[in-house]
Amino acid sequence: MHELSIAMSIVEMAEEESARRDHAKIHAIHLRLGLLSGVVKEALLSSYEMACASTPLEGSQLIIEEVPVEVFCPACRARVPVPSIQWMACPQCDTPTPEIVQGKELEVIAMEIETPEPNAQHSDTSRSSAPETNQ
Amino acid sequence: MTAEPRLVEVRKNVLKQNDVNARALRGQFRAAGVFVVSLVSSPGSGKTAFLEKTLTLLHQRASVAALVGDLATENDAVRLARSQAPVKQITTGTICHLEAAMIQNALAAADWHLPTLDFLFIENVGNLVCPSSYDLGENLRLVLLSVTEGEDKPLKYPTIFNSADVAVITKIDLAEAVDFDSVAAHRNIQAVRPGMPVLELSAKTGAGLPAFLEFLESHRTQAHSAASANA
Repeated sequence: MHELSIAMSIVEMAEEESARRDHAKIHAIHLRLGLLSGVVKEALLSSYEMACASTPLEGSQLIIEEVPVEVFCPACRARVPVPSIQWMACPQCDTPTPEIVQGKELEVIAMEIETPEPNAQHSDTSRSSAPETNQ
Repeated sequence: MTAEPRLVEVRKNVLKQNDVNARALRGQFRAAGVFVVSLVSSPGSGKTAFLEKTLTLLHQRASVAALVGDLATENDAVRLARSQAPVKQITTGTICHLEAAMIQNALAAADWHLPTLDFLFIENVGNLVCPSSYDLGENLRLVLLSVTEGEDKPLKYPTIFNSADVAVITKIDLAEAVDFDSVAAHRNIQAVRPGMPVLELSAKTGAGLPAFLEFLESHRTQAHSAASANA
């Protein structure tokens, strides 16, 4: 079970991102998880909760998008989904193919961050004319 | 006032640090001209016996060394040292797999001169799940499957078979005793990883070992000519 160390890396990444943004609160992390990444969704979700405890990320959500496995079929010359990870073949023509083009992902793609509006104390009209800043 | 959270695009590989370390190792191995072979399998599939035999045989004609990962004890390093090859144990504590940084640290501590080595073996912690996510910078990853484990292991652990390059069926001296169905095992390996080379051998009787050594030598030669073509 290596999900806990992976969850801790995700929390670390989020803390870095938050620090870069004046310690803005992070509500959620969006992760793409390939079915052949070697990481189990349920184990990662419960590990994430543990990894967040007593950190600024406590109470945040990990939103996992599972990525199905796709291979390149040399006969159809196309990207196709495999029938199952126990049967790595083209669903159209049955040609076995080891060329995986998708399904090993383990990547954070986005975070929901509480970003204070610039000049938040001003009225709506004055804010719309204010220049955008990253602070 | 509470601001609404915004969705900020990030795009970061969670295992980026390991991938960076693995790439550094691969460059180091290529520059030194050492061919690196790692072994993964479930506990008890015969990794250490197989490696001991391999080191003993290779040691007579090439310069070899091995790193061996375990949660605890130095027992495997002691067994492997009988081959006369230099061996270094990596005890991982509670960590169920090896990571590239552990290889870097172990190599620094072992103080071997890599350019004098022809082969370096890395025995991973016995585990068919966790090692699959971690690149160690190796040239060749072997996944071992013993005849006593059953023919359907590849179907149960497709991810590790997809992270490996070669499947090695071990303990074939016991095949008859446990009614091992070799055809089914090969079929299952090909189902999860089409085209995967499969070797069968017995560390006890030595059957299949000469073919395995030849396989290693030819891959090492291939890697060498590829490296010099790119140089």
